[in-house]
Amino acid sequence: MAARGKVTISVDECKGCGLCVESCPPKCLELAEELSPYGVHPARYTGSECTGCGICFYCCPEPGAITVYRLAPPAKKTSTLVAEPVAP
Amino acid sequence: MATDVKDERTSSETYETAHEKSSVFYDLYERKSDLKQQTHYCPGCGHGVVHKLIAEALQDLDLQDRTIFVSPVGCSVFAYYYFDVGNVQVAHGRAPAAATGIKRACPEKIVISYQGDGDLAAIGTAEIVHAANRGEKITVFFINNGIYGMTGGQMAPTTLVGQKSTTSPFGRRPANEGFPIHMAELLATLQAPVYVERVALCDNKNIMRARRAVRKALELQRDGAGFSFVEILSPCPTIWGKEPVAARNWVLEKMVPEFPLAVFRDRKEPLPANGAPPQRPVAEVLGINQGINNNGNGRRTQPFKGLSINIAGFGGQGVLLLGQLLAEMGTEQGLEVSWLPSYGPEMRSGSAHCWVTLSKSRIGSPLTAKPDVLIAMNEVSLRKFADQVPSGGFILYNGHTLPEDFPMPQAQVYCIPASAIADKLGSAKAANIVMMGAMLEETGCFEPSTATRFLEAKVKNPTLLEIDIKAITAGCDAVDHQVNLGPVSQPDGFA
Ligand SMILES: Cc1ncc(C[n+]2csc(CCOP(=O)(O)OP(=O)(O)O)c2C)c(N)n1
Ligand code: SF4
Repeated sequence: MAARGKVTISVDECKGCGLCVESCPPKCLELAEELSPYGVHPARYTGSECTGCGICFYCCPEPGAITVYRLAPPAKKTSTLVAEPVAP
Repeated sequence: MATDVKDERTSSETYETAHEKSSVFYDLYERKSDLKQQTHYCPGCGHGVVHKLIAEALQDLDLQDRTIFVSPVGCSVFAYYYFDVGNVQVAHGRAPAAATGIKRACPEKIVISYQGDGDLAAIGTAEIVHAANRGEKITVFFINNGIYGMTGGQMAPTTLVGQKSTTSPFGRRPANEGFPIHMAELLATLQAPVYVERVALCDNKNIMRARRAVRKALELQRDGAGFSFVEILSPCPTIWGKEPVAARNWVLEKMVPEFPLAVFRDRKEPLPANGAPPQRPVAEVLGINQGINNNGNGRRTQPFKGLSINIAGFGGQGVLLLGQLLAEMGTEQGLEVSWLPSYGPEMRSGSAHCWVTLSKSRIGSPLTAKPDVLIAMNEVSLRKFADQVPSGGFILYNGHTLPEDFPMPQAQVYCIPASAIADKLGSAKAANIVMMGAMLEETGCFEPSTATRFLEAKVKNPTLLEIDIKAITAGCDAVDHQVNLGPVSQPDGFA
C-alpha cells in the first residue's frame, strides 16, 4: 500500500539544519550520510510512512526546500492549500 | 476480499501537492551571484519560518498584489529579495513610521512592518509605541530572538536575565541592564491596537499557532480593523551557539517562561469612532484642488502655487485666530501649511502677529522674510511690516485710508475698514473675518464658500456664525469695490 504522503527535498536548498527530521511525527525523514555540494548533510525522505501532514514544511526555514504531497483522494477534493495539518 | 481493496488503491495512486514554495516568493533571489535558490539566513533560523508563514497567508488571502512589505535593519534586512510584493527597506527601528506613511497614503494596501527585537524594542521603541497608540492600520511582525543577530550578538532589550551576549559577557544583570522588555504586553496596555498575540517557533504545535496568528493579523488588516501585532519568539542558533534543534528547544524551555504565549488583545467591538483622519487620493492632493483658484470672478487665472501671509495687529483682534483658521482650511484643502505665531510679551497686550504659509509643495521654513500678503489690522503693524512685502504682493490695511505721512509701499495696498464693517454687522471682533473674506477674494486661494462651510463646522454660536458669514461676503465686496493703491501686479504666489 502506498504511503498517504510523500516528501521531496531539494538538495540545492536544504541547509541541513535537521528541524524537519526532528519535527516529523512518524520519523520518516533523516539527514543523509553524504554531504551535499554545499557541504551539509541534507535531509531526505526514507521513502515510507509519510502521512502528508506537512509539519516538516512549516518547520523548515527555507521557502522551497521541502515539498509535501498527499495521496490524491479517490473522489473530488478542492484546495489543499488551506487545509491545516494536524500537529501531533 | 480486503486485499483487493488495497490493490485498487495502489493502482490508482497519484499524489497531489499539499505544501510547496509559495508563489509570493521570487523563484530565485537575486542578491548574490550564486546560491540564488537559498535565503541568506543561517540553518535553523526562525526568520525563514516566519517568512514562509507570511508568504503562505498572503497567497491564500490573495493579497500579494496589494502588499507593501517594510524590511527593517537586522538579519531580515534583505527580506525584499524574497517577497515578490511591494518592498521598502528603512532605517533601523523606523519601519512602523514608514509603514504609517505608506498606509495613510495608500489605505487600500496591505502594509507589513517586519522587525527584529533590536530594531523594534531598542532603537525603534518610540516608533512602534506611537504607531500602536495611533492605531495605524498596519500589521507588525516582531521577531524576538533575544539578541542582535546581524551585528554578532549584542544584548537586546529582550535578552533574558543571565543570558550572555557580547555586551553582557557575564550574563544580563537587571541592576545594570534592566529586565527583558515584554513588547506584546506593553502594547496591549494601549487602547488602540485591535490584535496583539505572542507565539513561539518552539515546537510543531506552536508553529501552527504562529501560522494562525500571522494569518489572522493579515485578515484583520484586510478588513480594515486596525493595528495588529504578532510577536514571534524565534530561534537564532548561530548567535546562541546552539544546534538548530537545541535552539528550538531553548525557545520553549527558556524564552517561553519569560515571555508567556497568549493573546493579549483581540478586540471584537469596533474602536470608538472619533473621526477618521482626512484621507485623499494621492493624485488629488498633488493635482489641482477643486476648492482652489476657482473663485469665478476671473481675478486670478494662474494656478495657485502658494502664499505666505503675515497677519499683524493688536492682541484681541483675532490675529492669531485668523492665521489658525487659514492654516486649518489649507489642511482641509490638502495643502501644506504652517502657522507660526509670534509669542512673547505681545501675547498679553500690545501687538501680535503670525506667519501663515499655504503651499502646494513642501514648506522650507514657516518664517517668511518677504510675505506675499500682509494683513495689517492696525497702523503700528502697517508701519512695522509694510516694507517687507515685495512688489507683486499686497497689503490689506484695516482703515479707510492710509495714514497721511505713510510712504506708498512697493506692494499693492487695499484699505479695508474691517473693524468698521464688522461693527456694523454686529461685532467688531469679526474684523479678522472681514479681512479673511478680502484676502480670499483677492488671492482666490480658497473659494469663499469653502470658508463659509469651514466656519459653519467650527463656530458653534449661531449669532456669531451669522455675523462671520456676512463678514466674509463683506470682505469680498470691499476688495471688489476698491480702487487699488500702489503698483498693480500679482503676488509672487501666482507666478
Ligand atoms: C542607526 C543604526 N544603528 C545601529 C545599527 C547596527 N545594527 C544593525 S542590525 C542591529 C540589530 C539587529 O538586531 P535585531 O533587530 O534583533 O535583528 P536580528 O538581526 O536579530 O534579526 C544593529 C544594532 C544600524 N544598522 N543602524
Ligand atoms: S544570526 Fe540568527 S537571526 Fe540572523 S540569520 Fe543567523 S540564525 Fe537567523
